[in-house]
Amino acid sequence: MAMVEHARPAACPACSVTPMAEELAQVDAGNGSILLSLPTIHCAGCISTVERGLSGIPGVRSARVNLTLKRASVDAASNVTADKLVEALEGLGYPAQELDPGVLSSTATEKAGRDLLLRLAVAGFAMMNVMLLSVSVWSGAADATRDMFHWISAAIALPTVAFSAQPFFRNALSALSVRRLNMDVPISLAILLATGMSLYETTQSGHHAYFDAALSLTFFLLAGRYLDFRTRAVARSAAEELAALEVPRATRIGAGGDETIAISDLAVGDIVRVRPGGRVPVDGIVRAGSSEIDRSVLTGETLPVFAGPNSVLSAGEVNLTGPLQVEVTAAGADSSLHRMAELVAVAESAKNRYTSLADRAAAIYAPGVHLLALFAFIGWLIASGDARLSLNIAVAVLIITCPCALGLAVPAVSTAASGRLFRRGLLIKHGTALERLAEVDTVVFDKTGTLTFGQPALRDADAFDDHTLSVAVALAEGSAHPLAQAIVRAAKDRAVVPAQLDHVTEIPGHGVEAVLGGKTVRLGRGEWLGAPAQHDTTAWLKIGGESPVCFAFDDSLRPGAEPLIRALKAQGKAVHLLSGDATGPVETLADKVGIDDWKAELLPEDKVAVLDALSADGARVLMVGDGLNDTAALAAAHVSIAPASALDAARVASDVVLLGEDLEPLSDALTTAKRATRRILENFAIAACYNAIAIPIALAGFATPLAAALAMSGSSIMVSLNALRLR
Amino acid sequence: MEMLIYLIPISLFLGGLGLVAFLWALKNRQYEDPDGDGQRILNSDWDDHPKP
Repeated sequence: MAMVEHARPAACPACSVTPMAEELAQVDAGNGSILLSLPTIHCAGCISTVERGLSGIPGVRSARVNLTLKRASVDAASNVTADKLVEALEGLGYPAQELDPGVLSSTATEKAGRDLLLRLAVAGFAMMNVMLLSVSVWSGAADATRDMFHWISAAIALPTVAFSAQPFFRNALSALSVRRLNMDVPISLAILLATGMSLYETTQSGHHAYFDAALSLTFFLLAGRYLDFRTRAVARSAAEELAALEVPRATRIGAGGDETIAISDLAVGDIVRVRPGGRVPVDGIVRAGSSEIDRSVLTGETLPVFAGPNSVLSAGEVNLTGPLQVEVTAAGADSSLHRMAELVAVAESAKNRYTSLADRAAAIYAPGVHLLALFAFIGWLIASGDARLSLNIAVAVLIITCPCALGLAVPAVSTAASGRLFRRGLLIKHGTALERLAEVDTVVFDKTGTLTFGQPALRDADAFDDHTLSVAVALAEGSAHPLAQAIVRAAKDRAVVPAQLDHVTEIPGHGVEAVLGGKTVRLGRGEWLGAPAQHDTTAWLKIGGESPVCFAFDDSLRPGAEPLIRALKAQGKAVHLLSGDATGPVETLADKVGIDDWKAELLPEDKVAVLDALSADGARVLMVGDGLNDTAALAAAHVSIAPASALDAARVASDVVLLGEDLEPLSDALTTAKRATRRILENFAIAACYNAIAIPIALAGFATPLAAALAMSGSSIMVSLNALRLR
Repeated sequence: MEMLIYLIPISLFLGGLGLVAFLWALKNRQYEDPDGDGQRILNSDWDDHPKP
């Protein structure tokens, strides 16, 4: 349980929620059950405050906090809404967020984990008992006593093998049925032959029985499987949690007024209301209202776009200033889900082309061992003419060369490495992501939302005089538009007092208008104020009849971007910047962070084309991106990373998710991945060394069950300890 | 050596008891919220009478 204590990653709400728990949460998605994420709870006091607070709300039947997962599940009457609960919790001092229980359907994963753990426990119990009986045999039990011990061992071992080793048998069968060899084939063969031969030896009152070897083989390999499974389950549940934070709801304008419904229930032709600041939930056409739309997640453009009646909107865009009524042209289940499924399929097939180190090792190992055992059998049959002795030796060879250490070599390392990266705020989603990460020699970044926050900051705030700024800030204060917010922040830094304005009105899609001492003042889009066209992100201020003043904005950099790029260059990696944004902002940013290779105004297909060209030249590309326009590129790259703020589709398509805001852990991820791959290779070397010593002994016929047990546990423990050095 | 007739079943039974205890704990979801359970014991809410 030591891992639970260390599993507190960076301080972002989504990731501190993520569990490193023994078991995934049991989520009761039943009727009237509401799931809340509580990122800040940490102590016994928090638990009772939250539970008492929630139970006190009328309609709530029961509330239970899970501290490990930092969640509360509330069983309540159907008239209790999540908003009400969240409000109550905010009042108690705990920021809460609703989770979508549909996305957190962890029951299937949980069942698989439980199943593995059960088999592991049974194998462990049987191994300990049979090992104890074997110790008596090794220390000299003879004749009837030895036979009795062997029979008892058999009685324990046979049902255990039949139950616990099932996962291996199943995998081996499915591999054989498509005429392929995987690691499970030699494993199953070794377990079955060891058990079968020991049973035969026992009936013949033979000296050597390998029941303990068959069981410890099962136990160690199941332990490897379980580690592997857990690493992936933790990553998966954390990724699910991120997805669940965006509850898919929309406000539909029905006959009887507004109603809040799930996006999946929307039909084509429905009218939905999109509030300022909200994400557009569907693909659709604006029917009423006007506003500005931020489509940076879709295209990478930082410049907001005007949207009025008949403008076409896509799901994922953010409505900035005015309320909009949107007619649905493609309902959620059709549009976004379909797009997502397609992208996932593309990503999967691309990733399947990579052969993992474990598979490559198995490809060499599996035929080698079988041939060796066969040669041992034939050689001894010719030399001695004794079939029973020859079979004994062949089985001893199979057991001694057992892939025990090989089976642990990869999962032990990837568990240690993913655990380390998880603490630094990186989620390894894909099984072979670490190995692929280690091969990277070229890094490609997206701009908006990846290197930057996609959130503007006022450029050269000191260049404006106090009067101009005070009017601008007074106009900007009432607006939720990101550019207006940026002006407010800049003015706050300079301690400018807002001017006194009358009749402040926001004109959605254009800007803000007010009266200052009889003069009309306006802050808004260039076209509205008759200003010259600009390539940068700008807003204009017009005071009375004066010529408009330009406010230019830069995208604010993510922390750690500059050090990361410096570190990558120091590691000798090529760094590229590909953006869908206009040339001006891209060039400015590339200069700022020191990227020489940059391309702007790229369409999603262009990004993929650039990546394909790079990999055609033999480069192993790491793609870091967040938008829908990056999704295809993320899937096409050798390995990909998306920040937690990315769109759902981008997170699904990427192999690694960065949970915090800081980009710096990425350079650590690359070095950790390199070290992990080196550890895996070292582990293979350790296993090979053991085999190099043990195989001649087994071939010569000197291998006893004691030697097999020693070799097996020795190499397994060495391999696990070597993996732990990564932590 | 006749002792083995008693001792081996006894040792197997005791080992099996441990196994059953573990499986019972697993089935009762006792590994679901290890942090929370550790903290809840410090809670004095239901010290005087059990939770209704």
